[in-house]
Amino acid sequence: MADSAHNLSNAARGWESAMATTGIEAPGRAQIGAKTLRTDAWWIAPLLTFLALTAFVVYSAWRVFSGKYYFYEPYISVYYSPCLSTSCVPGSEFAGSPISWWKMSPALLVAWIPLAFRFTCYYYRKAYFRSFWLSPPACAVAEPHGKYTGERRLPLILNNLHRYAFYLGLVLNVILTWDAILAFRNHNGEWGHMGLGTVFLTVNAACLWLYSLSCHSCRNAVGGRITHFSKHPVRYQMWTLVSKLNSRHMMWAWISLCTVVVADFYVYLLASGRVSDLTFF
Amino acid sequence: MGYTAKFKVWRGDDTGGGIEDFNVDVNEGEVVLDIIHRLQATQAPDLAVRWNCKAGKCGSCSAEVNGKPRLMCMTRMSTFTEDETITITPMRTFPVIRDLVTDVSYNYEKARMVPAFAPPADLAPGDYRMAQIDVERSQEFRKCIECFMCNNVCHAVRDHEENKTTFSGPRFLMRIAELDMHPLDTVDRREVAVEDHGVGYCNITKCCTEVCPEHIKITDNAIIPLKERIADKKYDPIFSIASLFKRNKQGRQAAPDTPHATK
Repeated sequence: MADSAHNLSNAARGWESAMATTGIEAPGRAQIGAKTLRTDAWWIAPLLTFLALTAFVVYSAWRVFSGKYYFYEPYISVYYSPCLSTSCVPGSEFAGSPISWWKMSPALLVAWIPLAFRFTCYYYRKAYFRSFWLSPPACAVAEPHGKYTGERRLPLILNNLHRYAFYLGLVLNVILTWDAILAFRNHNGEWGHMGLGTVFLTVNAACLWLYSLSCHSCRNAVGGRITHFSKHPVRYQMWTLVSKLNSRHMMWAWISLCTVVVADFYVYLLASGRVSDLTFF
Repeated sequence: MGYTAKFKVWRGDDTGGGIEDFNVDVNEGEVVLDIIHRLQATQAPDLAVRWNCKAGKCGSCSAEVNGKPRLMCMTRMSTFTEDETITITPMRTFPVIRDLVTDVSYNYEKARMVPAFAPPADLAPGDYRMAQIDVERSQEFRKCIECFMCNNVCHAVRDHEENKTTFSGPRFLMRIAELDMHPLDTVDRREVAVEDHGVGYCNITKCCTEVCPEHIKITDNAIIPLKERIADKKYDPIFSIASLFKRNKQGRQAAPDTPHATK
Protein backbone atom coordinates (compact mmCIF):
# COMPACT_ATOMS: atom_id res chain seq x y z
CA MET A 1 0.00 0.00 0.00
CA ALA A 2 2.77 2.36 0.97
CA ASP A 3 4.71 1.33 -2.15
CA SER A 4 1.72 2.04 -4.41
CA ALA A 5 1.22 5.44 -2.83
CA HIS A 6 4.92 6.14 -3.31
CA ASN A 7 4.77 5.07 -6.98
CA LEU A 8 1.68 7.18 -7.62
CA SER A 9 3.35 10.11 -5.98
CA ASN A 10 6.43 9.62 -8.19
CA ALA A 11 4.19 9.38 -11.28
CA ALA A 12 2.43 12.58 -10.32
CA ARG A 13 5.76 14.31 -9.77
CA GLY A 14 6.94 13.04 -13.18
CA TRP A 15 3.78 14.40 -14.80
CA GLU A 16 4.20 17.80 -13.15
CA SER A 17 7.87 17.88 -14.06
CA ALA A 18 7.10 17.05 -17.72
CA MET A 19 4.43 19.76 -17.81
CA ALA A 20 6.78 22.32 -16.33
CA THR A 21 9.63 21.77 -18.78
CA THR A 22 8.07 20.78 -22.10
CA GLY A 23 4.32 20.90 -21.82
CA ILE A 24 1.54 23.35 -21.21
CA GLU A 25 3.51 25.07 -18.46
CA ALA A 26 6.59 25.56 -20.64
CA PRO A 27 8.31 28.94 -20.21
CA GLY A 28 6.50 31.74 -22.01
CA ARG A 29 3.09 30.13 -21.93
CA ALA A 30 0.27 31.21 -19.65
CA GLN A 31 1.00 29.77 -16.22
CA ILE A 32 -2.30 28.09 -15.38
CA GLY A 33 -1.32 25.02 -13.39
CA ALA A 34 -4.10 22.55 -14.11
CA LYS A 35 -3.44 19.79 -16.64
CA THR A 36 -6.88 20.56 -18.03
CA LEU A 37 -9.70 22.98 -17.29
CA ARG A 38 -12.31 20.86 -19.03
CA THR A 39 -15.45 20.54 -16.96
CA ASP A 40 -17.14 17.77 -18.96
CA ALA A 41 -16.64 14.03 -18.35
CA TRP A 42 -13.76 13.77 -20.83
CA TRP A 43 -12.45 10.62 -19.15
CA ILE A 44 -15.50 8.46 -19.91
CA ALA A 45 -14.72 7.79 -23.59
CA PRO A 46 -11.10 6.67 -23.07
CA LEU A 47 -12.14 4.60 -20.05
CA LEU A 48 -14.89 2.77 -21.95
CA THR A 49 -12.56 2.25 -24.90
CA PHE A 50 -9.90 0.85 -22.57
CA LEU A 51 -12.35 -1.56 -20.95
CA ALA A 52 -13.88 -2.71 -24.24
CA LEU A 53 -10.56 -3.26 -26.02
CA THR A 54 -9.07 -4.99 -22.98
CA ALA A 55 -12.06 -7.33 -22.79
CA PHE A 56 -11.70 -8.11 -26.49
CA VAL A 57 -7.98 -8.80 -26.20
CA VAL A 58 -8.47 -11.07 -23.17
CA TYR A 59 -11.31 -12.98 -24.84
CA SER A 60 -9.38 -13.32 -28.12
CA ALA A 61 -6.23 -14.49 -26.35
CA TRP A 62 -8.22 -17.14 -24.49
CA ARG A 63 -9.84 -18.40 -27.68
CA VAL A 64 -6.76 -18.22 -29.89
CA PHE A 65 -4.44 -19.99 -27.44
CA SER A 66 -6.97 -22.58 -26.26
CA GLY A 67 -6.79 -24.57 -29.52
CA LYS A 68 -10.14 -26.30 -29.01
CA TYR A 69 -13.92 -25.94 -29.44
CA TYR A 70 -13.56 -24.05 -32.71
CA PHE A 71 -15.48 -26.26 -35.12
CA TYR A 72 -19.00 -27.61 -35.15
CA GLU A 73 -20.12 -28.81 -38.57
CA PRO A 74 -20.82 -26.66 -40.58
CA TYR A 75 -19.57 -23.71 -38.52
CA ILE A 76 -15.95 -22.74 -37.95
CA SER A 77 -14.72 -20.06 -35.57
CA VAL A 78 -13.50 -16.85 -37.24
CA TYR A 79 -10.28 -17.06 -35.23
CA TYR A 80 -9.39 -20.45 -36.73
CA SER A 81 -10.30 -19.96 -40.37
CA PRO A 82 -8.52 -20.91 -42.58
CA CYS A 83 -7.42 -23.88 -40.48
CA LEU A 84 -4.04 -24.69 -42.00
CA SER A 85 -2.43 -27.08 -39.52
CA THR A 86 -2.60 -30.84 -39.75
CA SER A 87 -3.76 -30.74 -36.15
CA CYS A 88 -7.06 -29.12 -37.20
CA VAL A 89 -10.10 -31.13 -36.15
CA PRO A 90 -11.68 -33.24 -38.95
CA GLY A 91 -13.93 -31.18 -41.18
CA SER A 92 -12.30 -27.86 -40.38
CA GLU A 93 -9.26 -28.26 -42.65
CA PHE A 94 -8.59 -25.68 -45.34
CA ALA A 95 -6.83 -26.59 -48.61
CA GLY A 96 -5.72 -29.91 -47.14
CA SER A 97 -4.25 -28.24 -44.05
CA PRO A 98 -0.68 -28.45 -45.36
CA ILE A 99 1.28 -27.22 -42.34
CA SER A 100 2.50 -30.21 -40.37
CA TRP A 101 5.36 -28.61 -38.41
CA TRP A 102 3.10 -26.30 -36.41
CA LYS A 103 2.51 -27.70 -32.92
CA MET A 104 0.65 -24.85 -31.25
CA SER A 105 -2.96 -23.69 -31.67
CA PRO A 106 -3.82 -23.47 -35.40
CA ALA A 107 -5.43 -20.10 -34.77
CA LEU A 108 -1.99 -18.58 -34.27
CA LEU A 109 -1.21 -19.19 -37.95
CA VAL A 110 -3.88 -16.73 -39.07
CA ALA A 111 -4.98 -14.59 -36.12
CA TRP A 112 -2.00 -12.26 -36.54
CA ILE A 113 -3.52 -10.94 -39.77
CA PRO A 114 -6.66 -9.35 -38.26
CA LEU A 115 -4.54 -8.32 -35.27
CA ALA A 116 -2.13 -6.47 -37.57
CA PHE A 117 -5.01 -4.96 -39.53
CA ARG A 118 -6.73 -3.61 -36.45
CA PHE A 119 -3.55 -2.53 -34.68
CA THR A 120 -2.41 -0.43 -37.65
CA CYS A 121 -5.95 0.79 -38.46
CA TYR A 122 -6.27 4.58 -38.40
CA TYR A 123 -9.33 4.39 -36.14
CA TYR A 124 -7.80 1.98 -33.62
CA ARG A 125 -4.67 4.12 -33.51
CA LYS A 126 -6.80 6.95 -32.16
CA ALA A 127 -8.48 4.52 -29.76
CA TYR A 128 -5.38 2.99 -28.22
CA PHE A 129 -3.25 6.13 -28.25
CA ARG A 130 -5.98 7.87 -26.27
CA SER A 131 -7.12 5.11 -23.95
CA PHE A 132 -4.00 3.00 -23.37
CA TRP A 133 -1.08 5.34 -23.93
CA LEU A 134 -2.93 8.52 -22.83
CA SER A 135 -1.27 10.39 -25.63
CA PRO A 136 -3.42 12.38 -25.13
CA PRO A 137 -6.23 10.89 -22.99
CA ALA A 138 -8.62 13.48 -24.47
CA CYS A 139 -8.38 16.73 -26.41
CA ALA A 140 -6.84 19.57 -24.40
CA VAL A 141 -5.96 17.22 -21.54
CA ALA A 142 -2.22 17.07 -20.87
CA GLU A 143 -0.54 13.75 -21.49
CA PRO A 144 1.73 12.25 -18.80
CA HIS A 145 4.78 11.67 -21.03
CA GLY A 146 7.86 13.83 -20.97
CA LYS A 147 8.82 12.96 -24.54
CA TYR A 148 6.89 12.24 -27.71
CA THR A 149 8.25 11.09 -31.07
CA GLY A 150 5.01 9.92 -32.70
CA GLU A 151 5.08 7.38 -35.49
CA ARG A 152 8.54 8.25 -36.73
CA ARG A 153 10.52 5.44 -35.14
CA LEU A 154 10.28 1.72 -34.54
CA PRO A 155 7.98 0.15 -33.65
CA LEU A 156 5.23 2.70 -34.39
CA ILE A 157 6.63 3.60 -37.81
CA LEU A 158 5.38 0.14 -38.82
CA ASN A 159 1.86 1.59 -38.71
CA ASN A 160 2.72 2.89 -42.18
CA LEU A 161 2.43 -0.69 -43.42
CA HIS A 162 -1.31 -0.72 -42.76
CA ARG A 163 -2.02 -1.39 -46.43
CA TYR A 164 -0.35 -4.80 -46.34
CA ALA A 165 -2.49 -5.86 -43.40
CA PHE A 166 -5.45 -4.54 -45.42
CA TYR A 167 -4.56 -6.66 -48.45
CA LEU A 168 -4.12 -9.80 -46.31
CA GLY A 169 -7.36 -8.99 -44.51
CA LEU A 170 -9.20 -8.97 -47.83
CA VAL A 171 -7.97 -12.52 -48.52
CA LEU A 172 -9.20 -13.53 -45.09
CA ASN A 173 -12.57 -11.91 -45.79
CA VAL A 174 -12.98 -14.03 -48.93
CA ILE A 175 -12.33 -17.16 -46.87
CA LEU A 176 -14.72 -16.09 -44.11
CA THR A 177 -17.36 -15.38 -46.75
CA TRP A 178 -16.87 -18.90 -48.06
CA ASP A 179 -17.26 -20.16 -44.49
CA ALA A 180 -20.57 -18.30 -44.30
CA ILE A 181 -21.72 -19.93 -47.54
CA LEU A 182 -20.71 -23.36 -46.19
CA ALA A 183 -22.84 -22.61 -43.14
CA PHE A 184 -25.95 -22.98 -45.30
CA ARG A 185 -25.63 -26.71 -44.73
CA ASN A 186 -26.85 -28.79 -41.83
CA HIS A 187 -24.79 -30.73 -39.32
CA ASN A 188 -24.64 -33.67 -41.77
CA GLY A 189 -23.25 -31.54 -44.60
CA GLU A 190 -26.47 -31.30 -46.62
CA TRP A 191 -27.11 -28.00 -48.43
CA GLY A 192 -30.17 -25.79 -48.15
CA HIS A 193 -30.34 -25.44 -44.40
CA MET A 194 -29.90 -22.56 -42.04
CA GLY A 195 -29.33 -22.16 -38.33
CA LEU A 196 -28.51 -19.38 -35.90
CA GLY A 197 -24.82 -20.00 -36.61
CA THR A 198 -25.47 -19.29 -40.31
CA VAL A 199 -26.85 -15.90 -39.32
CA PHE A 200 -23.88 -15.11 -37.09
CA LEU A 201 -21.26 -16.15 -39.67
CA THR A 202 -23.03 -14.32 -42.50
CA VAL A 203 -23.53 -11.10 -40.54
CA ASN A 204 -19.94 -11.29 -39.33
CA ALA A 205 -18.58 -11.71 -42.86
CA ALA A 206 -20.70 -8.77 -44.08
CA CYS A 207 -19.53 -6.54 -41.22
CA LEU A 208 -15.89 -7.46 -41.80
CA TRP A 209 -16.27 -6.51 -45.47
CA LEU A 210 -17.79 -3.17 -44.49
CA TYR A 211 -15.03 -2.54 -41.96
CA SER A 212 -12.32 -3.47 -44.50
CA LEU A 213 -13.79 -1.53 -47.42
CA SER A 214 -14.27 1.57 -45.27
CA CYS A 215 -10.54 1.53 -44.47
CA HIS A 216 -8.47 4.65 -45.22
CA SER A 217 -5.90 2.58 -47.13
CA CYS A 218 -8.72 1.21 -49.29
CA ARG A 219 -9.87 4.79 -49.90
CA ASN A 220 -6.37 5.71 -51.05
CA ALA A 221 -5.98 2.59 -53.20
CA VAL A 222 -9.26 2.91 -55.10
CA GLY A 223 -8.79 6.58 -55.99
CA GLY A 224 -7.41 8.77 -53.23
CA ARG A 225 -3.89 8.64 -54.63
CA ILE A 226 -4.86 10.10 -58.02
CA THR A 227 -5.03 13.83 -58.58
CA HIS A 228 -7.21 14.05 -61.68
CA PHE A 229 -10.51 12.38 -60.84
CA SER A 230 -11.97 13.67 -64.10
CA LYS A 231 -9.63 11.38 -66.05
CA HIS A 232 -10.62 8.31 -64.01
CA PRO A 233 -14.43 8.38 -63.70
CA VAL A 234 -14.73 4.76 -62.52
CA ARG A 235 -12.12 5.22 -59.81
CA TYR A 236 -13.80 8.48 -58.82
CA GLN A 237 -17.09 6.63 -58.32
CA MET A 238 -15.31 3.95 -56.30
CA TRP A 239 -13.55 6.61 -54.21
CA THR A 240 -16.87 8.39 -53.62
CA LEU A 241 -18.48 5.15 -52.46
CA VAL A 242 -15.56 4.21 -50.20
CA SER A 243 -15.49 7.77 -48.82
CA LYS A 244 -19.11 7.37 -47.72
CA LEU A 245 -18.24 4.10 -46.01
CA ASN A 246 -15.09 5.67 -44.58
CA SER A 247 -17.10 8.29 -42.72
CA ARG A 248 -18.51 5.38 -40.66
CA HIS A 249 -15.20 3.54 -40.25
CA MET A 250 -15.23 3.77 -36.45
CA MET A 251 -18.75 2.36 -36.33
CA TRP A 252 -17.83 -0.61 -38.53
CA ALA A 253 -14.66 -1.15 -36.49
CA TRP A 254 -16.72 -1.62 -33.32
CA ILE A 255 -19.60 -3.53 -34.91
CA SER A 256 -17.24 -5.99 -36.60
CA LEU A 257 -15.35 -6.42 -33.33
CA CYS A 258 -18.61 -7.44 -31.67
CA THR A 259 -19.73 -9.75 -34.48
CA VAL A 260 -16.38 -11.57 -34.35
CA VAL A 261 -16.87 -12.28 -30.65
CA VAL A 262 -20.52 -13.28 -31.00
CA ALA A 263 -19.87 -15.58 -33.98
CA ASP A 264 -16.91 -17.22 -32.28
CA PHE A 265 -18.66 -17.63 -28.93
CA TYR A 266 -21.63 -19.32 -30.56
CA VAL A 267 -19.30 -21.82 -32.23
CA TYR A 268 -17.59 -22.34 -28.86
CA LEU A 269 -20.93 -23.04 -27.17
CA LEU A 270 -21.88 -25.54 -29.87
CA ALA A 271 -18.50 -27.26 -30.08
CA SER A 272 -18.19 -27.61 -26.31
CA GLY A 273 -21.69 -29.13 -26.12
CA ARG A 274 -23.13 -26.37 -23.96
CA VAL A 275 -26.00 -25.60 -26.34
CA SER A 276 -27.63 -27.13 -29.41
CA ASP A 277 -27.80 -25.29 -32.71
CA LEU A 278 -31.03 -23.41 -33.27
CA THR A 279 -32.02 -24.42 -36.80
CA PHE A 280 -34.58 -22.55 -38.91
CA PHE A 281 -34.89 -24.97 -41.83
CA MET B 1 -33.84 37.31 -19.98
CA GLY B 2 -30.68 38.64 -18.35
CA TYR B 3 -28.71 37.17 -15.48
CA THR B 4 -25.35 37.57 -13.79
CA ALA B 5 -22.80 34.95 -14.77
CA LYS B 6 -19.71 33.86 -12.87
CA PHE B 7 -16.56 34.14 -14.96
CA LYS B 8 -12.96 33.16 -14.32
CA VAL B 9 -10.53 34.86 -16.68
CA TRP B 10 -6.78 34.32 -16.85
CA ARG B 11 -4.89 37.57 -16.54
CA GLY B 12 -1.17 38.08 -16.78
CA ASP B 13 1.71 37.96 -19.19
CA ASP B 14 4.82 35.87 -19.90
CA THR B 15 6.23 36.63 -16.47
CA GLY B 16 3.25 35.18 -14.63
CA GLY B 17 -0.41 35.58 -13.93
CA GLY B 18 -3.46 33.85 -12.59
CA ILE B 19 -7.18 33.29 -12.89
CA GLU B 20 -9.37 36.14 -11.60
CA ASP B 21 -13.06 35.99 -10.69
CA PHE B 22 -15.69 38.27 -12.19
CA ASN B 23 -19.46 38.55 -12.09
CA VAL B 24 -20.76 39.88 -15.40
CA ASP B 25 -24.24 40.62 -16.74
CA VAL B 26 -25.43 38.41 -19.58
CA ASN B 27 -28.29 39.18 -21.98
CA GLU B 28 -30.24 36.86 -24.18
CA GLY B 29 -28.54 35.96 -27.48
CA GLU B 30 -25.04 36.91 -26.41
CA VAL B 31 -21.81 35.03 -27.02
CA VAL B 32 -18.73 34.71 -24.81
CA LEU B 33 -16.95 37.52 -26.68
CA ASP B 34 -19.82 39.89 -25.80
CA ILE B 35 -19.25 39.14 -22.14
CA ILE B 36 -15.51 39.70 -22.46
CA HIS B 37 -16.24 43.05 -24.08
CA ARG B 38 -18.65 43.94 -21.25
CA LEU B 39 -15.95 42.97 -18.79
CA GLN B 40 -13.56 45.35 -20.55
CA ALA B 41 -16.16 48.12 -20.55
CA THR B 42 -17.20 47.81 -16.91
CA GLN B 43 -14.59 46.12 -14.74
CA ALA B 44 -11.27 45.47 -16.47
CA PRO B 45 -10.51 48.19 -19.04
CA ASP B 46 -6.96 46.91 -19.53
CA LEU B 47 -8.03 43.32 -20.34
CA ALA B 48 -6.26 42.29 -23.55
CA VAL B 49 -8.26 40.29 -26.10
CA ARG B 50 -7.75 39.83 -29.84
CA TRP B 51 -10.86 39.95 -31.99
CA ASN B 52 -12.05 41.27 -35.30
CA CYS B 53 -15.06 40.03 -37.28
CA LYS B 54 -17.26 38.65 -34.50
CA ALA B 55 -18.70 36.30 -37.11
CA GLY B 56 -16.49 33.22 -36.93
CA LYS B 57 -14.59 34.08 -40.09
CA CYS B 58 -11.42 35.90 -39.07
CA GLY B 59 -10.05 33.37 -36.58
CA SER B 60 -8.83 36.08 -34.19
CA CYS B 61 -10.69 35.35 -30.95
CA SER B 62 -9.42 31.80 -30.36
CA ALA B 63 -9.20 31.00 -26.66
CA GLU B 64 -10.01 28.15 -24.30
CA VAL B 65 -13.48 28.15 -22.81
CA ASN B 66 -13.85 25.74 -19.90
CA GLY B 67 -10.67 24.07 -21.11
CA LYS B 68 -11.78 23.56 -24.71
CA PRO B 69 -10.36 25.53 -27.64
CA ARG B 70 -13.20 27.70 -28.97
CA LEU B 71 -13.83 30.84 -30.93
CA MET B 72 -15.25 33.19 -28.30
CA CYS B 73 -17.46 34.87 -30.89
CA MET B 74 -19.08 31.56 -31.81
CA THR B 75 -19.64 30.24 -28.30
CA ARG B 76 -23.18 31.09 -27.29
CA MET B 77 -23.87 31.82 -23.66
CA SER B 78 -27.06 29.78 -24.00
CA THR B 79 -24.90 26.62 -24.12
CA PHE B 80 -24.09 27.16 -20.43
CA THR B 81 -26.39 26.95 -17.46
CA GLU B 82 -26.96 30.16 -15.49
CA ASP B 83 -25.22 28.79 -12.40
CA GLU B 84 -22.18 27.53 -14.33
CA THR B 85 -18.80 29.17 -13.81
CA ILE B 86 -17.16 29.83 -17.16
CA THR B 87 -13.38 29.80 -17.31
CA ILE B 88 -11.61 31.65 -20.10
CA THR B 89 -7.88 31.25 -20.70
CA PRO B 90 -5.57 32.03 -23.60
CA MET B 91 -4.54 29.20 -25.92
CA ARG B 92 -2.08 27.13 -23.95
CA THR B 93 0.23 26.01 -26.75
CA PHE B 94 1.54 29.42 -27.76
CA PRO B 95 3.51 31.99 -25.72
CA VAL B 96 1.23 34.41 -23.97
CA ILE B 97 1.63 38.13 -24.69
CA ARG B 98 -0.96 39.42 -22.27
CA ASP B 99 -4.24 38.16 -20.81
CA LEU B 100 -6.08 36.32 -23.61
CA VAL B 101 -3.68 37.30 -26.38
CA THR B 102 -1.02 34.82 -27.50
CA ASP B 103 1.90 35.05 -29.86
CA VAL B 104 0.96 32.80 -32.79
CA SER B 105 4.05 33.58 -34.89
CA TYR B 106 5.03 29.89 -34.75
CA ASN B 107 2.23 29.31 -37.24
CA TYR B 108 3.43 31.97 -39.65
CA GLU B 109 6.97 30.61 -39.52
CA LYS B 110 5.64 27.17 -40.44
CA ALA B 111 3.45 28.67 -43.17
CA ARG B 112 6.51 30.15 -44.84
CA MET B 113 8.10 26.70 -44.96
CA VAL B 114 5.36 25.26 -47.18
CA PRO B 115 6.42 25.32 -50.86
CA ALA B 116 4.09 27.63 -52.77
CA PHE B 117 1.54 26.51 -55.37
CA ALA B 118 3.45 25.71 -58.57
CA PRO B 119 1.36 25.43 -61.74
CA PRO B 120 2.95 24.15 -64.99
CA ALA B 121 5.51 26.62 -66.31
CA ASP B 122 3.76 26.94 -69.67
CA LEU B 123 0.38 27.77 -68.13
CA ALA B 124 -0.28 31.47 -67.69
CA PRO B 125 -2.49 32.82 -64.91
CA GLY B 126 -5.98 33.10 -66.34
CA ASP B 127 -5.56 29.94 -68.38
CA TYR B 128 -6.11 27.60 -65.45
CA ARG B 129 -8.89 25.12 -66.28
CA MET B 130 -9.92 22.46 -63.79
CA ALA B 131 -12.88 20.13 -63.46
CA GLN B 132 -14.88 20.66 -60.29
CA ILE B 133 -14.37 17.06 -59.14
CA ASP B 134 -10.60 17.60 -59.36
CA VAL B 135 -10.54 20.61 -57.06
CA GLU B 136 -13.32 19.88 -54.60
CA ARG B 137 -11.10 17.94 -52.23
CA SER B 138 -8.73 20.91 -51.96
CA GLN B 139 -11.64 23.34 -51.63
CA GLU B 140 -12.70 21.81 -48.32
CA PHE B 141 -9.36 22.88 -46.86
CA ARG B 142 -9.73 26.41 -48.22
CA LYS B 143 -12.46 26.95 -45.62
CA CYS B 144 -9.71 27.24 -43.01
CA ILE B 145 -9.89 30.61 -41.20
CA GLU B 146 -6.49 30.14 -39.54
CA CYS B 147 -7.74 30.35 -36.00
CA PHE B 148 -4.90 27.91 -35.16
CA MET B 149 -7.04 26.00 -32.68
CA CYS B 150 -6.02 22.75 -34.42
CA ASN B 151 -2.37 23.51 -33.81
CA ASN B 152 -3.23 24.65 -30.29
CA VAL B 153 -4.95 21.38 -29.39
CA CYS B 154 -2.46 19.04 -31.05
CA HIS B 155 -0.69 17.27 -28.19
CA ALA B 156 2.50 16.83 -30.24
CA VAL B 157 3.29 20.53 -29.66
CA ARG B 158 0.87 21.40 -26.86
CA ASP B 159 2.50 18.91 -24.50
CA HIS B 160 5.97 18.98 -26.08
CA GLU B 161 7.42 22.42 -26.70
CA GLU B 162 10.58 20.89 -28.15
CA ASN B 163 8.62 19.43 -31.09
CA LYS B 164 7.82 22.90 -32.42
CA THR B 165 11.10 22.91 -34.32
CA THR B 166 10.28 19.75 -36.28
CA PHE B 167 6.48 19.58 -36.41
CA SER B 168 4.23 22.07 -38.18
CA GLY B 169 0.91 20.88 -36.77
CA PRO B 170 -2.33 19.92 -38.51
CA ARG B 171 -2.94 23.34 -40.09
CA PHE B 172 0.11 23.10 -42.31
CA LEU B 173 -0.07 19.38 -42.97
CA MET B 174 -3.53 20.18 -44.30
CA ARG B 175 -2.05 22.95 -46.47
CA ILE B 176 0.50 20.50 -47.88
CA ALA B 177 -2.25 17.95 -48.55
CA GLU B 178 -4.33 20.65 -50.22
CA LEU B 179 -1.52 21.49 -52.63
CA ASP B 180 -0.52 17.85 -53.17
CA MET B 181 -4.09 17.05 -54.24
CA HIS B 182 -4.36 20.13 -56.47
CA PRO B 183 -4.74 19.13 -60.14
CA LEU B 184 -2.46 21.88 -61.42
CA ASP B 185 0.30 21.68 -58.86
CA THR B 186 3.56 20.19 -60.10
CA VAL B 187 5.54 19.85 -56.88
CA ASP B 188 5.94 16.56 -55.05
CA ARG B 189 5.49 17.59 -51.43
CA ARG B 190 5.64 14.18 -49.78
CA GLU B 191 9.31 14.29 -48.81
CA VAL B 192 8.87 17.82 -47.46
CA ALA B 193 5.89 16.68 -45.38
CA VAL B 194 8.05 14.06 -43.71
CA GLU B 195 11.36 15.85 -43.36
CA ASP B 196 10.42 19.50 -42.83
CA HIS B 197 6.92 19.31 -41.38
CA GLY B 198 7.06 16.11 -39.31
CA VAL B 199 3.91 14.36 -40.50
CA GLY B 200 5.12 11.28 -38.60
CA TYR B 201 4.36 13.03 -35.32
CA CYS B 202 0.64 12.78 -36.02
CA ASN B 203 -0.83 9.75 -34.27
CA ILE B 204 -4.36 10.27 -35.59
CA THR B 205 -6.02 11.23 -32.32
CA LYS B 206 -8.27 13.61 -34.28
CA CYS B 207 -8.37 16.48 -31.80
CA CYS B 208 -7.71 18.90 -34.67
CA THR B 209 -10.90 17.72 -36.35
CA GLU B 210 -12.85 17.96 -33.08
CA VAL B 211 -12.02 21.62 -32.52
CA CYS B 212 -12.18 22.94 -36.10
CA PRO B 213 -14.85 25.68 -36.17
CA GLU B 214 -15.23 25.19 -39.94
CA HIS B 215 -15.86 21.45 -39.45
CA ILE B 216 -13.06 20.52 -41.83
CA LYS B 217 -12.29 16.80 -41.60
CA ILE B 218 -8.61 17.58 -41.12
CA THR B 219 -7.54 14.08 -40.11
CA ASP B 220 -9.68 11.95 -42.40
CA ASN B 221 -9.54 14.11 -45.51
CA ALA B 222 -6.11 15.73 -45.28
CA ILE B 223 -3.60 14.13 -42.92
CA ILE B 224 -4.49 10.46 -43.44
CA PRO B 225 -4.63 10.80 -47.26
CA LEU B 226 -1.27 12.59 -47.04
CA LYS B 227 0.14 9.76 -44.92
CA GLU B 228 -1.17 7.24 -47.44
CA ARG B 229 0.41 9.15 -50.34
CA ILE B 230 3.68 9.14 -48.42
CA ALA B 231 3.29 5.41 -47.81
CA ASP B 232 2.86 5.00 -51.59
CA LYS B 233 6.27 6.55 -52.04
CA LYS B 234 8.27 5.48 -49.01
CA TYR B 235 6.79 2.31 -47.60
CA ASP B 236 5.25 0.50 -50.54
CA PRO B 237 7.85 -1.28 -52.67
CA ILE B 238 5.13 -2.91 -54.79
CA PHE B 239 3.67 0.47 -55.74
CA SER B 240 7.16 1.89 -56.33
CA ILE B 241 8.09 -0.97 -58.70
CA ALA B 242 4.75 -0.71 -60.51
CA SER B 243 5.24 3.02 -61.03
CA LEU B 244 8.52 2.32 -62.88
CA PHE B 245 6.53 0.61 -65.64
CA LYS B 246 3.96 3.37 -65.99
CA ARG B 247 4.13 5.83 -68.81
CA ASN B 248 5.65 9.06 -67.65
CA LYS B 249 2.67 10.93 -66.28
CA GLN B 250 2.75 14.58 -65.47
CA GLY B 251 6.24 14.96 -64.13
CA ARG B 252 6.33 16.19 -60.56
CA GLN B 253 9.33 18.07 -59.42
CA ALA B 254 11.01 18.04 -56.05
CA ALA B 255 9.97 20.75 -53.63
CA PRO B 256 12.18 23.86 -53.69
CA ASP B 257 14.02 24.96 -50.58
CA THR B 258 11.94 27.08 -48.24
CA PRO B 259 12.87 29.18 -45.22
CA HIS B 260 13.06 27.15 -42.05
CA ALA B 261 11.47 28.14 -38.80
CA THR B 262 13.77 30.07 -36.56
CA LYS B 263 12.28 28.75 -33.34
